[in-house]
Amino acid sequence: MATIVDFRAEKPNWCPGCGDFTVLAALQKAAVNIGLEPEEMVTVSGIGCSGKLSQYMGSFGFHSLHGRSLPVATAVKLANRDLTVVAAGGDGDGYGIGMGHFIHAMRRNIDITYLVMDNHIYGLTTGQTSPTSDKGSKTKTAPEGAVEEPVHPLQMAIMAGCGFVAQGYSGNLKQLTELIEKGIQHRGFSLINIYSPCVTFNKVNTYDYYKANLVNVDDDASYDKTDRFAAIRKIEEAEENVTGILYHDPSKQAYDEVLRGYPEQAIAKNDLKFTREQWEKLAVQFK
Amino acid sequence: MIKDLGWKVGGAQGEGIDSTQDIFALSLFRLGYYVSTYRHFMSLIKGGHTNGKVRITSEITGHHGDDLHILLAFDQETINHNFHELIDGGVLIYDTAIKDATVPENDKVNICPVPLTEIAKEAGSPIMKNMVSMGVTAAIIGLTPDDFRSVVVDKFGGKGDEIVDSNIAAIQKGFDFAKENFSATIELPARPELKSERLYISGNDAVSLGAIAGGCRLLAQYPITPATEVMYQIIKQFPQVGGTVVQAEDEIAAVMMSIGANYTGVRSMTATSGPGLSLMMEALGLAGISETPLVIIDVQRSGPSTGLPTKTEQSDLYTMMYGSHGEIPRIVLTPRNVEECFFFTMEAFNLAEKYQCPVIVATDLYMGMNKQTVASIDFDKFKINRGKLISDEQLAELEKGAFKRFDVTPEDGVSFRSIPGQKNGRFVAMGNEHDEVGVEMEEPELRVKQMDKRAKKLVNFNDVAGATYVGAENAELLLVDFGSMTGPQREVYEELAAEGVSVGHLSIARLLPFPTEEIKGYINNAKKVLVTEMNSTGQLKNQLKQFINGDHNKFESCLKYSGDPFLVNEIYAKAKALADSLKKEVTL
Repeated sequence: MATIVDFRAEKPNWCPGCGDFTVLAALQKAAVNIGLEPEEMVTVSGIGCSGKLSQYMGSFGFHSLHGRSLPVATAVKLANRDLTVVAAGGDGDGYGIGMGHFIHAMRRNIDITYLVMDNHIYGLTTGQTSPTSDKGSKTKTAPEGAVEEPVHPLQMAIMAGCGFVAQGYSGNLKQLTELIEKGIQHRGFSLINIYSPCVTFNKVNTYDYYKANLVNVDDDASYDKTDRFAAIRKIEEAEENVTGILYHDPSKQAYDEVLRGYPEQAIAKNDLKFTREQWEKLAVQFK
Repeated sequence: MIKDLGWKVGGAQGEGIDSTQDIFALSLFRLGYYVSTYRHFMSLIKGGHTNGKVRITSEITGHHGDDLHILLAFDQETINHNFHELIDGGVLIYDTAIKDATVPENDKVNICPVPLTEIAKEAGSPIMKNMVSMGVTAAIIGLTPDDFRSVVVDKFGGKGDEIVDSNIAAIQKGFDFAKENFSATIELPARPELKSERLYISGNDAVSLGAIAGGCRLLAQYPITPATEVMYQIIKQFPQVGGTVVQAEDEIAAVMMSIGANYTGVRSMTATSGPGLSLMMEALGLAGISETPLVIIDVQRSGPSTGLPTKTEQSDLYTMMYGSHGEIPRIVLTPRNVEECFFFTMEAFNLAEKYQCPVIVATDLYMGMNKQTVASIDFDKFKINRGKLISDEQLAELEKGAFKRFDVTPEDGVSFRSIPGQKNGRFVAMGNEHDEVGVEMEEPELRVKQMDKRAKKLVNFNDVAGATYVGAENAELLLVDFGSMTGPQREVYEELAAEGVSVGHLSIARLLPFPTEEIKGYINNAKKVLVTEMNSTGQLKNQLKQFINGDHNKFESCLKYSGDPFLVNEIYAKAKALADSLKKEVTL
């Protein structure tokens, strides 16, 4: 059995106090709790502070391009369905340049878990407006306050047919670990949006802010996480200041389960032998 | 020139022109002839003019031929656009259902008006006018209705004997009508000896089959003319070999998926055309620096931007060779005929894994979408080589975390690669510069070491021959081309050689690593070098100038970028003029 130490790689160089430390710790704990071995797991990330997660996580990793973690993660899972695949990125990475892939990965229902470290700001490029920056928030690129509506990832995911939609918070390692475990165990695409404060560039969406405002639906026994419209109502009423599993539908079949001709055995484990007999079968249509 | 027969059918797009062309070409192929086809079509679904040409020869060619002997017109536009191509003694067959048909005055062409639609109606359905026209054609070129039977059975057998019989009857009726009403005949070339293992196949289909035989098991692609057929073919065949196809949301996703699959140990590719290739440039660099194998098929079309989506060109050469920021090693192969589309694609997977870098296979619409006879495909000579994959045993011997995925010590610049799932093989593939273990870093010395390591990979590359030469030793006139232009240019070469010109033909099979050593002798010995390519700036010619020292004034270009493929005569005229100018120099 692997331990936390087995899932540790390089020492992170995030700013002291960064919310991403908790995300990494939660992912490591979740992997251990599920009983994964480091070589059975692949963490694929995009670019930005969040993108560095793949280097610090002791699993196999792919630190890809800005906004492009999901197509890579999709292919890793399709190439070897025996692997546990986690994609990770930030709000700029995933909901800005990567928005197209985000919607399509959910539509396909690929069996991967997507962690978005949402700090409402571009961190590594030093503090510009991000797709989730609150309307009116002042940044280097919106000194008078952002005029655009922020994107609403939770509502979008539910409407796009995502079967597991949750939100976590870097100030609550225990809950975040549970969410990641359940997300990984969900067969299909799971989105976990994580409020992960940027202590350097975002002075509004801070730990104190979240402590004061977040409501945890996991504590609410009356909350029905199978009702997608109730989920959207709840998220909007709370102005997205919620944590927990907001929507879960385990009945949807994952992409690789419904594909015609998709092999039982992981494609990566099949040998590449191609026989004369197979060739004759292919060639006959050209004779 | 090769003795041939050129036959063309034209009509409105959506009228079954493609299938008419296909039935004719496949029938002649099965009789043992070599066929070479060309589809002229527009970027719309219905309406507009479309036509399909079939060239029939008794030897193999890579060109659809200049001459037109028989034109089959389903509408007036076909006559307007194509009549002028008919040679003296040629035949125009047109449907009398064309109202007030007007035919240009020309007493050297045989005009055969046939009530194609009417006869088809009598035979059961007006849509069988194409079958009636097969019968008319058969009567003119000395075939029998029975010569079309096997194709009719294959195409319509699934719909029942009745449908087959009525189609055969339609062919017979057309045949009888022509025999009664027309005396024009056109002679077919000599029928070659029928050899087994020949295929009637397009470049796109050959690429697809080559990919499957080469071990590709995940295709991620976004639809784009003229590369879409690759996806169709692979979707059809993958269930038999256990692979999967993803229709990606865009070309960026397609190439990233292909990279992701290769990283996971599954041979994967994407196929696209110019606009899609442009979108893939950032990912190409990622594959290069992360040393992840990648195969991209670029079926070139006319650019720039969306350009002419249904027309051919060879103008992505700079993009393939130099596209993407920064510097990475890469391999660019340029199949010169349909057979090479198969073998080069197969080999591309070996090369991508052997050198852990991107491999681009460059075809074009002309070769990709048109079918022709391929002499033989013997894939037995092909072996799968997965390159430096580290074994589980090797990994077990290492100390934990000591695996150097990007080890700089190997002389050939290629380090061992592990695959997710391998214990103790953990590493991070990344677009950032990294050290030998794979940790992101910015130290100048280590950066230089990693750059140099990657650059070493292709220094001694000799896996695929860079070029083929035929012709006189020390030929004065050298004809150079790449890709699909090798077919027509070979005919020009043969014509000139038969005339006694001191000529050679050099066809480039690989753009990167550029085959400088292999070709510089031929270039330096020649007095004039004519480079034929389908673009407006002479991209290949400029590469020759860049890579080969010597007299750059000897280079001449033969260029076409109208969207239509070259005629052999257009190249011949240019080459002949150069040959004549050389002769004059000698006499002066």
